[in-house]
Amino acid sequence: MDQQLKIEMGEQGIVVTTLQELYNWGRRSSVWPMNFGLACCAIEMIATTMARYDLARFGAEVFRASPRQADLMIISGTVTKKMAPQVVRLYNQMGEPRYVIAMGACAISGGPFKQGYNVLKGIDRYIPVDVHIPGCPPRPEALLEAFMMLQKKIDSQPLTGNERPRFLDAGAPGEFPVPEQGEHDLEPPANNLVWPVAAVIR
Amino acid sequence: MKTVEEIKAAIEAAVPDAAVEVVSNPSPSGQHSLRLAPARALEVAKFLRDDPELTFDFLSNVTGVDWPDKEVSERVKVTRQVTKVVDGVEQTVEESAEETRKRVEPGFLEVVYHLYSVAKKHGPVVLRMRTVNRTNAVELPSLTPIWRSAEFQEREIFDLFGIVFTGHPDLRRILMWEGFKDYPMRRDYVEPDDFEYEPTAHDEVLKRAQEHRNREQATPAAKERPPGAPAGNGETREQGLIAE
Repeated sequence: MDQQLKIEMGEQGIVVTTLQELYNWGRRSSVWPMNFGLACCAIEMIATTMARYDLARFGAEVFRASPRQADLMIISGTVTKKMAPQVVRLYNQMGEPRYVIAMGACAISGGPFKQGYNVLKGIDRYIPVDVHIPGCPPRPEALLEAFMMLQKKIDSQPLTGNERPRFLDAGAPGEFPVPEQGEHDLEPPANNLVWPVAAVIR
Repeated sequence: MKTVEEIKAAIEAAVPDAAVEVVSNPSPSGQHSLRLAPARALEVAKFLRDDPELTFDFLSNVTGVDWPDKEVSERVKVTRQVTKVVDGVEQTVEESAEETRKRVEPGFLEVVYHLYSVAKKHGPVVLRMRTVNRTNAVELPSLTPIWRSAEFQEREIFDLFGIVFTGHPDLRRILMWEGFKDYPMRRDYVEPDDFEYEPTAHDEVLKRAQEHRNREQATPAAKERPPGAPAGNGETREQGLIAE
């Protein structure tokens, strides 16, 4: 519908919208994160929820202590190989629609521990990540920016067609394989269905 | 505080067969350490804690050190018999020559304890213990019965270096998971091949990238991917960067 006409009708007290817009508006306005922190980035995440930065402005102030009630998993910190299976298991326990923000250098790539033996080189090896935030740790503003990006992403999701999100696609995988802790490394070292290394586009 | 030599003398007076050795430190800090024989270490530790003059009541730190097998080459003078023709007559003459000989000094694992005294406000005293080798005789006595603070640190050393502490109340891996087979802090530890392209192009990373690529090419099974999904390894990204 024409945007100008919509505004004009709005001035007359008539709201015109689509079901998709209404649905996405509802979803993006109450993204409840999971009460879950892994390392120092969690401190910045906590700061973001407090009065100065006030994540509540975005409808995300309710941190749920159970994955069953959460919509968003903020991977805030270093994911060690010992912890990675538990992170994937928690993600599996969340109900759809669910989103993931990988916060900080460690969560997106292993960060300063990338060349070590005990840290996962990015949680996106096992679960699909919607927004990556670089930084060590990222400031609360960066987390808010990521939140707004996630909201934009939710807003632009069509409800039908091939581009529809995973939770509206009955054939899409709902459970992601939990890696086993093997004798030398996690097995498998990555889930190739969710971890195709992104091509460099410039 | 007493010097290391004085402490050594005190230990030997209290525990006659302690066999304590002073390991000197040539650096400006001059922090010499005491090497204990594992057999009597527990008694020596008990003495250090309970002696009214020393009273080392605080164990601040326990560390492991890995000393791998070392190849030593040294020049040795040898005399050998050489047959020579001297003045038309064949003779056996002794000749001295220099020869480079190589021998392998066996490696060992070492554990280092740092002791302080809170009551006497002195320290540190550094204790060391060495295992026989790095493979099958890696037992050392645990000092957890003397200082409780050694418990988690000895577990960590067991986890990362593979030193087995006999007498430890709860010797399990602490940082890595149960079922992990390697000891990551040993010098000969080989990291798992979960390589990923990194833009820090220093030699070590480039070498690992090359090794990873060779391994991928050697095993075509590793290349099996769902159709449409780009390769999940460093190769494609590197190619993408080159193609830019």
